[in-house]
Amino acid sequence: MPEIKVNERLCKGCELCTSACPKQCIAMSDKFSTTGYYPAMLAKQECCIGCGLCAQICPDLAIEVYK
Amino acid sequence: MELVNKWPAGLVEMPLRYCPGCGHGIVHRIVGECLEELGIRERTVGVAPVGCSVFADDYFNCDMIQGPHGRGPAIATGIKRSKPECIVFSYQGDGDLASIGMAETIHSAARSENITVIFINNAIYGMTGGQMAPTTLIGQKASTCPRGRDPKVNGYPIRICELLQSLEGASYLERTSVHTAANAIKTKKAVKRAFQNQIECKGFSLVEVLSMCPTGWEATPLNSVKYIADKMMPLYPLGVYRSPEQREQKEGGAA
Repeated sequence: MPEIKVNERLCKGCELCTSACPKQCIAMSDKFSTTGYYPAMLAKQECCIGCGLCAQICPDLAIEVYK
Repeated sequence: MELVNKWPAGLVEMPLRYCPGCGHGIVHRIVGECLEELGIRERTVGVAPVGCSVFADDYFNCDMIQGPHGRGPAIATGIKRSKPECIVFSYQGDGDLASIGMAETIHSAARSENITVIFINNAIYGMTGGQMAPTTLIGQKASTCPRGRDPKVNGYPIRICELLQSLEGASYLERTSVHTAANAIKTKKAVKRAFQNQIECKGFSLVEVLSMCPTGWEATPLNSVKYIADKMMPLYPLGVYRSPEQREQKEGGAA
């Protein structure tokens, strides 16, 4: 099952990955990260196809794609 | 399961200090990946600009020099001429390259220096507080033109790729964007080709990347992406403006 892991230390909550995801499976967390942002998270793991488009658009290299 | 996208060897593993949604991080990753994939990281020297990316010497995992404002191509020329075995790239923003560094940019292109220039065009001075840049769009608001850029007072935006296209020395000119994932993939191809040209000694290569500046534009990152697609791309059309093949054909025809 492909999945992504968002590094909360790097994510600045810009939400660009949510718009890049073709399956709309990324959502923003409602909890602050230690850096003070609402980080992205994989909301629907079963939808993730591991395409890596979120990692292509992420300006902070916060997304790791596992396939 | 296996990690598909490892941290590129061309970048130091540390958090980037850019604003949320800034395009610099995407271009940093692309350059870092290209240095790794082309196997040139250990002999690459980069020139960091003045601007938001002034800290690029912290991020890129290769030799770096931080130059005075706008002088990137001049410094890169010096490094390349004294050490031709090095791969030299200059990373510049629009205030740096299109305003104060215009002379260096044009003359290094005219001399066809064998360097690679990565030009980030976000139509604003980001670091100093959102002032109008030479590339600011007509009607775009900035802190020095709060009612929008008026061509009668502030003149018209400069299109660098079109400008350099008229010079025979320019070997490879392409304008790309990083506002969507697909465009980021295209940008990577362009940056890779620009480095490849330098390895093959084909002359001056410049990749102009349309990038978002949510802080300077006073927009959310998602609205900045829309702004590039709706407003910037009609003024700055994407595409290849000069390729080494075109140039060789032209020179062949002239001879």
